[in-house]
Amino acid sequence: MTDTTADKIIDNEWPLWEVFVRTKAGLDHKHCGSLHAADPKLAIQMARDVYTRRQEGSSVWVVRSDQIIASDPGDKDMYFDPMEDKVYRHPTFYKLPTEVDHM
Amino acid sequence: MQASIQLQPDLSTQYLLRLGDTCLILGQRLGEWCGHAPVLEEDIALTNMALDLVGQARAVLTHAGRAGGFDEDQLAFLRDERDYLNPTLVELPRGDFAFTVLRNVMVATWLKQWWTALAASSDAELAAIAGKAVKEARYHQQHAADWVVRLGDGTAESRSRCETALSALWRYTPELFEDDAVDAAARASGLGPAASDLHTAWLAEMTEILIEATLAVPKASAFRSTGKHGVHSEHMGRVLAELQQLQRTYPGGAW
Repeated sequence: MTDTTADKIIDNEWPLWEVFVRTKAGLDHKHCGSLHAADPKLAIQMARDVYTRRQEGSSVWVVRSDQIIASDPGDKDMYFDPMEDKVYRHPTFYKLPTEVDHM
Repeated sequence: MQASIQLQPDLSTQYLLRLGDTCLILGQRLGEWCGHAPVLEEDIALTNMALDLVGQARAVLTHAGRAGGFDEDQLAFLRDERDYLNPTLVELPRGDFAFTVLRNVMVATWLKQWWTALAASSDAELAAIAGKAVKEARYHQQHAADWVVRLGDGTAESRSRCETALSALWRYTPELFEDDAVDAAARASGLGPAASDLHTAWLAEMTEILIEATLAVPKASAFRSTGKHGVHSEHMGRVLAELQQLQRTYPGGAW
């Protein structure tokens, strides 16, 4: 299956977009899913229709999924495991004044 | 089986029913796309809009029924065909996707103008409903217009489907802008604009959209549909059968 139906189907699909929704002003846009759309304008409209129908949002971003550079899952142990035993990097060893209790 | 209610609507109630029934019947037609739209995202978009329209219908029918002692459900489900006053345009079968988005853009452009004018209605409740609905109509128009431009200025296939849909739909649009005693009364009392008041703005916006879609504005036709006078096309009975079947069979059923 080199030149093939599977490839053609992929060619005919609209590109994939990642959707980020901000729930209210002042908060971050959070990733909430993805969708297929032909271009940026439609992607924004569809994101609105698919991901904000229960009042989840006050702003949406969309980003072409193929524009996102991700870390390689194969690098997970090299990248992230070394942090496991370095609890001193959490600022939990300071005595905080009670006024800033929930920091 | 639940019997029909009998209505003797005065002029202002007829005005409200024309508006409410437009939303109700188009909402029902758009709801038919649930599970059938070309892509999942569009399926959700169309049914969102169907729900917006049903919500608008609820508000307007509740308001319209108050004088006669009927609630929104009685008006939506228990009238005879002749007592529905939506224009014929919105009861036509949903057709293909080109037909659906073209009709949506025609109706949303019209309702956007209508709601905008109604926001200044002498009827405070109607003005409040309009203030909320106009935001929904603006989005419905933008969504449908985008599709019309894409499909009209798209492939040979999408273009030919748009042309077919446009010529089938256009002759139902004069009905939207023809005045009668209902309109004269509404304009005089400040309830809302007469039908003809909305025509210039509608045609200007539609022309702009069609030009962008590289589609020709069809010629005017002598044909006149009469849905808003209660004289509907053959399709209305079928829409109502599906819409009413549950309430007629299980009177007062709620869930």
